[in-house]
Amino acid sequence: MDGISIIFEASLWAAAIRIASPLIFATLGELICERAGVLNLGIEGIMTVGAFAGWVAVYHGADLWTGVAVAALAGAAFGLLHGFLTVPLGLSQHVTGIGITLLATSLTYYAYRIAFPEVTSPPKIQTFAPLEVPVLSQIPILGDALFRQTPLTYLAFVAVIVVAYVLYRTPIGLAVRTVGENPAAVEAQGIDVTWLRVGAVAVGSAFMALGGAFLTMSAFNSFYFDMVNGRGWICIALVVFGSWRPGKALLGAILFAAFDAYQLRLQQLAGAYLPYQLFLMLPYILSILALIAMSRRAGYPRALMIPYRKGER
Amino acid sequence: MLFSRRNVLLATGGIAAVSALGTLPRRSLAAGKIKTAAIYTVPVEQQWVSRIHKAATTAQQRGDIEYTFSEKVANTDYERVMREYCEAGHQLIVGEAFAVEDAARAVARDYPDRAFLIGSSFKPDESVPNFAVFDNYIQDASYLTGIIAGAMTKKKNIGMVGGYPIPEVNRLMNAFMDGVRETAPDTRFQVAFIGSWFDPPKAKETAFAQIDSGADVMYAERFGVSDAAKERGVVAIGNVIDTQADYPDTVVVSALWHFEPTLDAAINAVKAGSFKAEDYGVYSFMKAGGCSISPLGTFEGKVPAEAMAMVAEKEKAIKDGSFTVEIDDSEPKSG
Repeated sequence: MDGISIIFEASLWAAAIRIASPLIFATLGELICERAGVLNLGIEGIMTVGAFAGWVAVYHGADLWTGVAVAALAGAAFGLLHGFLTVPLGLSQHVTGIGITLLATSLTYYAYRIAFPEVTSPPKIQTFAPLEVPVLSQIPILGDALFRQTPLTYLAFVAVIVVAYVLYRTPIGLAVRTVGENPAAVEAQGIDVTWLRVGAVAVGSAFMALGGAFLTMSAFNSFYFDMVNGRGWICIALVVFGSWRPGKALLGAILFAAFDAYQLRLQQLAGAYLPYQLFLMLPYILSILALIAMSRRAGYPRALMIPYRKGER
Repeated sequence: MLFSRRNVLLATGGIAAVSALGTLPRRSLAAGKIKTAAIYTVPVEQQWVSRIHKAATTAQQRGDIEYTFSEKVANTDYERVMREYCEAGHQLIVGEAFAVEDAARAVARDYPDRAFLIGSSFKPDESVPNFAVFDNYIQDASYLTGIIAGAMTKKKNIGMVGGYPIPEVNRLMNAFMDGVRETAPDTRFQVAFIGSWFDPPKAKETAFAQIDSGADVMYAERFGVSDAAKERGVVAIGNVIDTQADYPDTVVVSALWHFEPTLDAAINAVKAGSFKAEDYGVYSFMKAGGCSISPLGTFEGKVPAEAMAMVAEKEKAIKDGSFTVEIDDSEPKSG
């Protein structure tokens, strides 16, 4: 097997989709927040909350889908906090976001230690099992890559379609897009800017938490400290890469994940000749290059990071 | 004039000095529980740290020490926590200085009457006489599990997933590979590092990649590797802790680290007042009871008998000193 033929292996693409799944959820979440004009750097912490909340709910006897709901709600709660601080109070979105990340990760670790004071390794849960889609899973390469995944991965793809539909084809989507461009116009329509933005941040944060939940309920079966490991920050870049559009963001997530899956395999082939750090860097370098190429035409929401104060001109 | 600033200062200094002199011998005479504090940069769930935590808990239950610990202390915060425990009167400080070697030694210099038993990549230094070093020198056990792994790989292809290539990881990987070569000299090794101690999903994906490239035995240095092996129906070799209970059909055998001999030696030295800058690494050797291989358990009878005979023979040779496993801290490479 050489570097080129790896690209045609179904297992590479299956791995890419697995790696992409949490990124898709969290990127969608960030995208919703930013479309409404609020940068949410709480993403890394909110993913940690989601990873813990979903897993611990299942551990205490909830079924898997209830666990997913618990994760989403926990994420939304932190979203509400971020929304409250940044929208009606108009605080710096950067500082608040970092604060939310610190608070959310620390609270999660605290809750974890309270819940499991004396364990040598964290308990495991029965996670989502891969679900073969009949007929479609028989397609060569594509079938293996796309249709033998866990239900949460399917949910991620469905979420992209739903979010895209809601954003571009419904009145509420129009309002969300407008509030990120020109909040005064939304106000003129008689819609409350504050509630709209806070609501969008809460919903977006719920999606981020689902990304975290994927890690403990599908990719792996128990919760570890630090396991989100920077995935949230990647999603911030993926939103820019996707020019704030769900479809393009999906593409970006898959592209990044494919680079990652590719470097894992390349490392086995060429690891004897090159330092491993180069391989670990590869997905980031390629993503930065792609970002440079893509972002030249990126149109960011005009009111992003600008607090809206009623009556201010 | 009697109560001038200078006099008061002198007097208080004198009282402090006298009381310090008075307490010093008393402290070493108090043969009761030694106040011990451990400072970990990762949670106690982490394999390496879990072994230290276990030994300390055992010593506490035995009544030798009074044990307290801080986990997940950031390296940037490490020195402060060390100083806080010193100030709080802890006599034995256990920890890990891999990323704070200089700072940890500086603290030890400032508290010469405290004993420091610290995981370190370096050797003891005479200029810091109260700073002893240790690490998990369990290459003996890793070597023996390698012999078993070599007998278990049918495709002569072994995957190894590590966190970072630091000495304590490299050493065990290299010894393991030496062991494999005893039973399967032409084995291909796939070595990967994920650049994180705690990212089981990533370790799992890395293991999948290696299994896709033909590995049928996995060296599980990180959490997540055994899970990938289990899902794909290949076997795994455990490291530092025994995880066979979680993966009964996957984990063949594990190289176990026992921190008890290291800690007990330090406790005795503190009690005897003879604690000094020594390399406690030797207490992790098989000879000292610092490491062992786990029982085969569910894999009893599934490992070729010749391999097990070789393991028994080598284990005997290691223990009586007629055979020494090489200590090689260099970064292992695929090939």
